[in-house]
Amino acid sequence: MQSDTTPSQVTRTTVTDNIVEIRDVYYSVGHRSIFSGLNLSIPRGRITAVMGPSGTGKTTLLRLITGQIRPDRGQVLFDGIDVSQLSRRELYRLRLRMGMLFQNGALLTDMNVFENVAFPLREHTDLPDALIRNIVLTKLQAVGLRGAARLSPAELSGGMARRVALARAMATDPEMLIYDEPFTGLDPISMGMIVRLVRQMNYALGITSIVVSHDVDEISILADTSYLISGGKVVASGSFVELKDHESEIVHQFMNGLADGPVPFHYAPAPDYFTQLLSDDT
Amino acid sequence: MNTFRELFENLREFAVAVGAVTMFLLRMLRHLPRAITRPSLIVEQIYNSGALSLVIIMICGVFIGAVVGLQGYEVLQRFGAEESLGVGAALALLKELGPVVTALLFAGRAGTALASEIGLMRATDQLTAMEMMAVDPVLRVAVPRFLGGAISLPLLAMIFIGIGLYGVQLIAVQQLGVDAASFWSQMRAAVRVDDVTDGLVKSCVFGVVCSLIAVYEGYTAIPTAEGVGRATTRTVVISAVLVLMLNYMLTAVMLR
Repeated sequence: MQSDTTPSQVTRTTVTDNIVEIRDVYYSVGHRSIFSGLNLSIPRGRITAVMGPSGTGKTTLLRLITGQIRPDRGQVLFDGIDVSQLSRRELYRLRLRMGMLFQNGALLTDMNVFENVAFPLREHTDLPDALIRNIVLTKLQAVGLRGAARLSPAELSGGMARRVALARAMATDPEMLIYDEPFTGLDPISMGMIVRLVRQMNYALGITSIVVSHDVDEISILADTSYLISGGKVVASGSFVELKDHESEIVHQFMNGLADGPVPFHYAPAPDYFTQLLSDDT
Repeated sequence: MNTFRELFENLREFAVAVGAVTMFLLRMLRHLPRAITRPSLIVEQIYNSGALSLVIIMICGVFIGAVVGLQGYEVLQRFGAEESLGVGAALALLKELGPVVTALLFAGRAGTALASEIGLMRATDQLTAMEMMAVDPVLRVAVPRFLGGAISLPLLAMIFIGIGLYGVQLIAVQQLGVDAASFWSQMRAAVRVDDVTDGLVKSCVFGVVCSLIAVYEGYTAIPTAEGVGRATTRTVVISAVLVLMLNYMLTAVMLR
């Protein structure tokens, strides 16, 4: 692929076996602390899952890794490059090495499937139309949607939209693919297709994958390593079996889908139930 | 004391908003040279903002012209000056009604379409997806739409004025019996090039302002259904108020 800029122009600090390293990251929104001393590493060439209850900052973590937001403190390193220190131009260079699959696909609604997949190629390369056509058809064939090339995004099911988005994310052959809740709202067949594609893409192309999800069953068959985040920190990490056997209460509650536990069923700041029923206050 | 504090707070918010819009405009202007190298994107937006607004502009132009014809005739005949209707109508349409009414219609049709389109792109992560593909949404989405709108409005205003004059003569000449030769010859004799350029300058300014407000409101919309709705409403309200305010200021400067 031709590109007008090269990521190697960005200065690297260290090169390790981890493509992403989060070091002692603090991040708050207003007075609400999202991360307080978060540390985790994403090994190169593997599928890493990031799990956690809703609202723990899984998507925020992805936004930190991709440089959409900057941490209040700490380092977010991609291939040794501190993402939070980059200018917009440098960040865009770096993002050519990443692909991201959004929860809803985020396909461009004024273009059909073919043009959506061709979009990053047309924006970043001077390739002739005939070559772009071949690349797009190859990517669509890989996700099983070559026959849907002329459909508009509105004509696609949720699962199909995500597969098109995956083909688009793969169009520029990135080194790392990030999946934000890829299984949400899908039927079992579509879910199975996405699981298969994530594995195929990762190992056939030798890339790194980060999957943010709270679908424990899918993660169990997909991820090589998993992190469980809660309360702004990593509370457990390791293989799926290690997480399943973890002694922490929060890990046990999450992995077994228990309704009550360290994450309470009732939202905390509420007065006593009977006192409130008998009073006039709402 | 509270009133002063509220007033100060409102003024501060207003200053912040003006600053944010100015920064956004400067960001778009920085991208302008690169955006011009892809004229197909701009032409597409001229079609969306301009061509798709043609019907509403033409219908409104005929009726505004017809009303100007009726009211103008009613007033001028009291002084036996109905032959001058062409001059009065042409000046009113060229200098005031054409640019202002077209801008208000543009804000209502194309402005709301731009704001809601960009706002929905924000709400459905399309703009974030572009950023993740290392494509600057300001360059790819905002600038072509801004340019498309800014170019379309003066063209629409000229069409509105032409159709409006047709509406005036339809009522004055065809229906009320004003002499056609006097109507057109007096108009040709009295209307100067300055009158045309005044209207053109106004519509160019309104084109920039209406497109900027629409694109900015859409781009900064809160990514929810309510947020997009609010951005669309704000586009119409802010554009209408600014158009009327600027029209007064420009008229005052032009008449000096």
